[in-house]
Amino acid sequence: MQKIKPLDHLIVILGALFLCVPVVMALMSSTHAAIDIHSNGLYITPGSHGAETYTKVLTSRGGFTGDVTGLLMLTNSMVMGLGFAVGKIVLSMMAAYALVYFRFRFATLIFWAIFATLLLPLEVRIMPSYQVMSELHLLNTYTGLIVPLLASATGTFFFRQFFRSVPDELLEAARIDGAGPVKFFIDVLVPLSKTMMSAIFIIMFIYGWNQYLWPLLMTTDESFFTLMRGIKSILQVWVGSQIPDYNEAFALAVLAMVPPVAVVVIFQRMFIKGLTESDK
Amino acid sequence: MTDTPLSLAEADSTLFTRLRRWWSGETANPVKRVQFDRPLTPWMFLLPQLAVVVIFFYWPSVQAVTSSFYLEDPFGFGATFVGLDNYTDALTSRGYMSTAAFTAFFCVVVTALSLGLGLLLAVKADKVIRGAETYKTLLISVYAIAPPVAGLIGMMFFDMHMGPFTQIAAWFGHDLRVGIDYWDTASALIVISVWKQIPYNFIFFLSGLQSVPVSVREAALIDAKSGWRRFCDITLPLLAPTAFFLLVINITYTMFDTFPIIDVIVKDKPANNPMTLVYKVYLDGFKGNDIGGSSAQSVILMVVVALLTVLQFRFLERRVHYG
Repeated sequence: MQKIKPLDHLIVILGALFLCVPVVMALMSSTHAAIDIHSNGLYITPGSHGAETYTKVLTSRGGFTGDVTGLLMLTNSMVMGLGFAVGKIVLSMMAAYALVYFRFRFATLIFWAIFATLLLPLEVRIMPSYQVMSELHLLNTYTGLIVPLLASATGTFFFRQFFRSVPDELLEAARIDGAGPVKFFIDVLVPLSKTMMSAIFIIMFIYGWNQYLWPLLMTTDESFFTLMRGIKSILQVWVGSQIPDYNEAFALAVLAMVPPVAVVVIFQRMFIKGLTESDK
Repeated sequence: MTDTPLSLAEADSTLFTRLRRWWSGETANPVKRVQFDRPLTPWMFLLPQLAVVVIFFYWPSVQAVTSSFYLEDPFGFGATFVGLDNYTDALTSRGYMSTAAFTAFFCVVVTALSLGLGLLLAVKADKVIRGAETYKTLLISVYAIAPPVAGLIGMMFFDMHMGPFTQIAAWFGHDLRVGIDYWDTASALIVISVWKQIPYNFIFFLSGLQSVPVSVREAALIDAKSGWRRFCDITLPLLAPTAFFLLVINITYTMFDTFPIIDVIVKDKPANNPMTLVYKVYLDGFKGNDIGGSSAQSVILMVVVALLTVLQFRFLERRVHYG
């Protein structure tokens, strides 16, 4: 086989540095005092103000964001990530099951109606979506934050492909044993899809956690702010202040990126499987 | 793999046969040999998804199309039908055209750079053996960072007082003023967007490379001595489907998912800053209160995206068949 070439290593190392150094510097700088960052620039070594900054960001009210604490934003982000992932899996598994395992009127029409949602991302219909939400009085609610995002058919598409690869014999056997549709779904298909469900869960959790535009429009009440929404607020406060709270901004950025990054690193295998096999 | 949803036979059949199929519930090639035959149960399973799709997808989409034909009073005192005025206003205004031009430029540059760098890193990471797992983890980990967080970190790196990039630019005698100077802001947006997208492309290229059978690799090693030749003649053609898929994804990414990065860097101050069409839809609708104009722009974008997605589906189908 091939010999080890130093050039290959060099390129990969440079690439890894380019990608990771900004993250490391954000992490390190968050442990320094704002005034030091202001006069010395960003740090690549840890400082001594870490505990202080993070305690302040997590627990203090009336800081840079007004009423909301970092802890509350962290909880809201968690609700959003988990709620979105669970909702997506439940809705799309059920819909895919109906589309694959049943013979009924308008099946093709329904199929196209659901999959047409893949054509248009939320961003292009953002203004009317906002109007609909305000007519339904869903502004500043968790329902309003999570449910509209479930309208895209990515998950349904994925589970449909997966169900089609499940052998037909299983259904035949189940029917001989007298299992009805609901029983077959819960006792056979759900356990069979466990790996797929975890892979999809990881992707969807990250997607939900990382939402920015939608929470920005849906929440004006600070008790519903997610970390991403908090980033927007911290920047709005910056204009005019003497020395910006660089350290607090970095701490917020670190809080916002640690959970999804940890999920990706820990479940790397499953994550890659979910990503490359579900195509988006 | 099995058939794809959009098989050609289905797409090319006449309208009449299609209508008949919709009515009777049969499909050209049934998904399963055995299916349940109950009238109500499937609707029970479909109901939640259908409700969400109708309320949060079709209702707003229809509303976008209708309000694009109206001139809405900003204070909510009714609306006047203006026909295609909103569209002609958008398409003939200088602001819209320059935004469209920037969006196209931005798409080309970000897509080219992030695909190129992702491919380069994947090819090299595929070759190294020692420490391969560590490299892979490092290169992938950044994937999960949200665009607004990337924007925030990027903003610090381009900060006018203490940003490292500003200092580096100063060594070369350039006064980097992100947020004030048009091209400085554009460069910052490009760097941050590329940085954020490399891991995604890397993951797909690497898994594409690793699915190349060992026998093909060994045959290539015997046939072609030069690594570059092997890359051009063997690796690249085998990666072409992945690359095309990624091309569409990357264009969609630069058009839509870069919104938070732009919002963080430009911060609602469009004065002399570059922005994408999606950002303009948001600014005109929410900050400018021009609902009709914003809706017309939405509809124009919908058409563009729909075309892109159809392209992607057509391609996905081919990939599944011959992949």
